[in-house]
Amino acid sequence: MIKCKTSKEIGGMGHSKKRKEDARFIQGKGNYVDDVKLPGMLYMDIVRSPYAYAKIKSIDATAALAIPGVVAVVTGKDLEKYGLHWMPTLMSDTQMVLPTDTVMYQAQEVAAVIATSRYLARDGKEAVMVDYEPMKPVMDPFKALDEDAPVLRSDQEGKTDNHIWHWEVGDKEKTANVFDNADVVVKQQMHIPRIHVASIETCGCVASYDKVTNHLTMYMTTQAPHAIRTVIALVAGHVGLTEEKIRVISPDIGGGFGGKVPVYPGYVIAIAVSFLTGAPIKWIEDRSENLQADSFARDYHITAEMAGTKDGKIQATRFKVLADHGYTDASANPSKFPTGLFSIGTGSYDYGAAYMEADAVYTNKPPGGVAYRCSFRVTEAVHAIERMTDMFAKKVGKDPAQLRMENFIKKEDFPWASPTGWSYDSGDYHAGLQKAMDAIDYHGLRKEQIEMRAEGKFLGIGISTFTEVVGAGPSQDFDILGIKMFDSAEIRVHPTGKAIARFGTKSQGQGHETTYAQIIAEELGIPMEHIQIEEGDTDTAPYGLGTYASRSTPTAGAAAAMAARKLRDKAKKIAAHLLEVSEQDLEWEPGKFFVKGAPEKSKTIQEIVFAAYTNHPEGMEGGFEATHYYDPPNLTFPSGAYICVVEVDAETCDIKVRRFVAIDDCGNIINPMIVQGQVHGGLTQGIAPAMYEELIYDDSGNILNGTFMDYLVPTAVESPSWETGHTVTPAPHHPIGAKGVGESPTVGAPPAIVNAIVDAVAHLGIKHLEIPVTPFKLFKELQNVGYFKKTT
Amino acid sequence: MTKKITLKINGAEHTMEVEPRMLLIHAIRENASLTGSHIGCDTSSCGACTVLIDGKSAKSCTILAVQAQGKEIATVEGLATAEGLHPIQEGFHLNHALHCGFCTPGLMMRAVELLEKNPNPTEDEIRWGISGNLCRCTGYNNIVSAIQWTSAKMQGKELPSTEPKFV
Repeated sequence: MIKCKTSKEIGGMGHSKKRKEDARFIQGKGNYVDDVKLPGMLYMDIVRSPYAYAKIKSIDATAALAIPGVVAVVTGKDLEKYGLHWMPTLMSDTQMVLPTDTVMYQAQEVAAVIATSRYLARDGKEAVMVDYEPMKPVMDPFKALDEDAPVLRSDQEGKTDNHIWHWEVGDKEKTANVFDNADVVVKQQMHIPRIHVASIETCGCVASYDKVTNHLTMYMTTQAPHAIRTVIALVAGHVGLTEEKIRVISPDIGGGFGGKVPVYPGYVIAIAVSFLTGAPIKWIEDRSENLQADSFARDYHITAEMAGTKDGKIQATRFKVLADHGYTDASANPSKFPTGLFSIGTGSYDYGAAYMEADAVYTNKPPGGVAYRCSFRVTEAVHAIERMTDMFAKKVGKDPAQLRMENFIKKEDFPWASPTGWSYDSGDYHAGLQKAMDAIDYHGLRKEQIEMRAEGKFLGIGISTFTEVVGAGPSQDFDILGIKMFDSAEIRVHPTGKAIARFGTKSQGQGHETTYAQIIAEELGIPMEHIQIEEGDTDTAPYGLGTYASRSTPTAGAAAAMAARKLRDKAKKIAAHLLEVSEQDLEWEPGKFFVKGAPEKSKTIQEIVFAAYTNHPEGMEGGFEATHYYDPPNLTFPSGAYICVVEVDAETCDIKVRRFVAIDDCGNIINPMIVQGQVHGGLTQGIAPAMYEELIYDDSGNILNGTFMDYLVPTAVESPSWETGHTVTPAPHHPIGAKGVGESPTVGAPPAIVNAIVDAVAHLGIKHLEIPVTPFKLFKELQNVGYFKKTT
Repeated sequence: MTKKITLKINGAEHTMEVEPRMLLIHAIRENASLTGSHIGCDTSSCGACTVLIDGKSAKSCTILAVQAQGKEIATVEGLATAEGLHPIQEGFHLNHALHCGFCTPGLMMRAVELLEKNPNPTEDEIRWGISGNLCRCTGYNNIVSAIQWTSAKMQGKELPSTEPKFV
């Protein structure tokens, strides 16, 4: 049970308050980008390349322009006149808005058609004739660095290969030394496949440039409206679109998951066309375009190694990564972190030697990759460490739970300096795993497993005990395009004691309108029902870098608490004035100040706020407003202990998740119901890559599953009934002791599931399975180890 | 070439000029300006556009607007009445069965028909019953709970707790 400091009526931290934002969504009154309709609005559709790599010989728009209602066809040559045919990516690479001569991946934007209706824009798109000269694409990242591989980015001066960058962290020599002298070394090559966020709402915008006022209003599906405003100003300032003339509105967002952080060409084309025509331009991509062209996630090829003693002490890890970025590095990482926060991959274990390196390459695939519901490449890192921990346990003949217990960083050893440079803030890994083991009856399951094996049935138990790193981030290290990654809150309390608060973040389903109100209610004692939360309009909200990487609570949530505390300080002064006592004589309880030893002498927050407008002390500034920009001193390090139980059908290789228990520790909990909801959703996005999802390309660069017919997003049938719980280890440096949580389950679930499936068939000689573990893949592996020969 | 049609949506008549190829979902969203039903895919896989046509749930992206003439169409906007929210709306809200809200209208319309045909479904029947609707946010646990809660509410049974349950 979570202990609450406030009454249910105030609804501060720890209360499972029902969500304030639900009312509009359950009544069909949400306002998503495709719901925006402006007078004179034109529609845009995009012609896309059928080839992964080809020269454009010609684009003939005659037939398209002959269709009544088709207004314009825009090509790269048109944008080139304004210097808008290329744009920077968030990683300081460059990306074509529209190509002038070469296409680099299948489904790349080639031309845009503007028409008076959605249907006519589609007609126009079908009528644009493009003559291509196909070339042989580079699809295999391992072959991208071959000497005879074509140099894909010949636009980059002096480029002689397809290498993008090299990155490394840790002590290479020390680690090598430990490996050389270790009793036991395990090594595994693994692929974290290319997947897609597949939020149910695709991406889109309405760009509306007003030629009279010279203002651009951009309604768009973005998780980071302020950053986008700055990017637009940096790219288009030279044609007169300076930052004060740009208003980005991110209305209700139908799921983001990192896919709505980047700037896609469609947005830029829509702005350019609106700027030139003065008409509002709506662009809404369809699902296939979304899957085939918008930023992918993952696609890391990892060679992972772990060294340790024969009695099961982990001593060192070494990861080598090949990152396939497609034709440009369009990741959305903090700029100093090309591999994101992959260096968290030493995990929850106490050892001192680690070395990680990564090389990124260009291929003829769509650009990316975004941090899909994970704080920048943490999913990849956690998969590697948790698979290796299981392989190491197997090799030394120890139970994987026991081995983890023996290697965990102890609760009293925090803050803990990781061998890759992180300072873990807090955690209680032993308690989390013990709670998960008790909840699922771990030892009982192990007995059952033996009994089932005796009957030829396969039961597998898989564990993942991960450490996340979220809340980017401290300004000395974290920026995007140079802009520091702090975030903001502004609170205005009206004379009658009701409030509005605005933030630089943007909810996409996380429930900020409820949780931020609860944080302010906790600090000021104003009932959360009376605190209105607004985000997503750059004209009104204070500047912030947006919502992704589980950063909203660690940064903007902290800003809300800090701004509220400024107001509480002011409230104390006013209360002292009203009660005619000194400030030292006052004590606070949620909702009022009272005189020490005389609790009947008190002033409620509502009375105090009213006085701030009607009877404030002489010399004090009137009103009751505060703003805070919170620059976190450290990231937060949530953790989790997940246990998955699978049953594998020995004949069909069908895999069924029987139970899945997730114990998360995200520090102090703002709203247990919402945290649980986040965990449920994240777990389903964890089983997805573990068992179902992968974007598959053939050697010619064709995507083989670029629609929802072929790309299996789990339905209610594929999703198990999740069981969740928590331990609470507050973040010591965070104003409300909270850590981010939205992404922990996506990060922690895949290795728990794969470890369970491997565990189910480990006795047959299977040591590793690549994700997604499909029945067919498992069947082939069982065939490889001779299982079917033995039984037939 | 356009055709003049009248669609009866939530009891109100909407007369519009549409091309014969126009999908019902576009007619509902753009011509009738009822934007509660959404579009999440182009292969009839996601169910975000689910409405009721003569009481049966249907993906309105698979039907032409001209085919829906003369039929009773119900969308999310018609669920609540003067007396208040429909039980399925209450169920979704109280059980935290929505996050971003984009799939919610379609899922609720699907659930309304499911409960109409099977007032007391098992968890398995609910999961299979909503398997034509994708939700990327919630992980479905709470959608199942919401439909179970609504089932109890509509039959006047004792209501299950809507407090989150933890291990």
